[in-house]
Amino acid sequence: MNISEAQYTTAEKNIIRVVDGSNTRYIPVDPNNKDYVEILEQVAAGTLTIKDAD
Amino acid sequence: MARTKLKLKSIASGTIPGRIKIANENITAGSVDSDAMGAGAISPAKLSDFAQSLTNRNVIINGAMNVAQRQVSVTGLGASSGYFTVDRFKMVCNNTAGRFTMTQTADGPSGFANCLKLDCTTADTSIASNEEFGILYRMEGQDLQHFKKGTSGAYKTTLSFYVKGNAAATYVAELMDSDNSSRHIGATFNVTTDWTRVEITFPGDTTGTLDDDSNASLDLQFFLHAGSNNTSGTLQTSWGSLVQANRAVGISSFFDSTDRTFFITGIQLEVGETATEFEHETFNATRYKCLRYYETNYEDGYYPADGVTYSNTYSTFPGNCYHQTGGGRYIMTSHRFLVQKRTSPSMTLYRVAGLGSGSTANRWSWFNYSAGWELTDDSTEVGEISSQHHGALVRDTEANVNEALVVAGGWQADAEL
Repeated sequence: MNISEAQYTTAEKNIIRVVDGSNTRYIPVDPNNKDYVEILEQVAAGTLTIKDAD
Repeated sequence: MARTKLKLKSIASGTIPGRIKIANENITAGSVDSDAMGAGAISPAKLSDFAQSLTNRNVIINGAMNVAQRQVSVTGLGASSGYFTVDRFKMVCNNTAGRFTMTQTADGPSGFANCLKLDCTTADTSIASNEEFGILYRMEGQDLQHFKKGTSGAYKTTLSFYVKGNAAATYVAELMDSDNSSRHIGATFNVTTDWTRVEITFPGDTTGTLDDDSNASLDLQFFLHAGSNNTSGTLQTSWGSLVQANRAVGISSFFDSTDRTFFITGIQLEVGETATEFEHETFNATRYKCLRYYETNYEDGYYPADGVTYSNTYSTFPGNCYHQTGGGRYIMTSHRFLVQKRTSPSMTLYRVAGLGSGSTANRWSWFNYSAGWELTDDSTEVGEISSQHHGALVRDTEANVNEALVVAGGWQADAEL
């Protein structure tokens, strides 16, 4: 994924809204979801920060 | 007493005496007539475990490349990895300047209607050490328990597929166990300008059991281009711990010329040391298997994007309006997937065309009882995701609270490995 923005959609933090290239995608907080795993890798690498919900 | 070899020309009646061994070359084609054996003469118990599997032998879904829910053809690929055309087959593109077109093409050996075609559009002849390009197929561990991997009785497995190209080339097919520190094994195969069936038998691996779950346990990867990080060693031709330099030794480069093409279909991975005939199945059977990993509400032949006419999607859903304090008015709707997903999928929403004016991406339409179909005045959000359903929150300030409404939009759900 080419993520430029990431933000939880709710205070419960169970879905992350990401801007992936020209698409807005919704990634469940699920360790079996490959996109969530990739987000965690980018967060761990310090290249991505997930904002709290508005 | 010395054993004597007997040649039996025929047995008119009666039974074959016990302890007679019939050598292979003594049974010629067509010599065993249909009435030569009585019903039940050979019971399943006399066959080996895997030979009993007359169906569901192939653990590869969509090996005949018949299903392509996302797109039929995508150009300019190569900058990033992903699933682009035929279902279940991921393109791995790491650090290469090479570019290609990926197409589900109506071509194949006899009996196959489709194949996956790769066409190099930008060559990359200056190969950096970390470059990698190929086709990846990932398998769930729970679907591979019959391989008996990691036990003393681990079975051999046989990979078979049909390939051709614009010219002769050599590539590598590799199995990698992602549950056990990426143990791997590979073999080279040759491509010619004619369709050729490649058959590769891998030994059973007595080390490392595969997890019995829905996550990726075994990867099948076709290496078509790689830098020295993957090519500088000795090809790993027996199961062993990961040595990166041993993964793609001896391969040609798909990106060596813009003339280069690669066609593949009929991919089958099965238990045993014999490549059986490819196990064809109905389009619908394959499609349903693919839906476990990817599903959209677009009709076949239309692909997830903003602006597809609503009549080319299954896009109208009932919803109920409620007011969220400080959050505006939401029309909540949900949709149950046709097939339960492997896990909670990533969701993308799209605008459909033909139901109200406007062209803002990621906005669904709703039916306003006062004014008819309208595009909503705020973005649509995914509210819930599970392996069985997703819920969308459609927002419009004119929606009346507690009113039953109809909304319309496009979506795709991605639960690939």
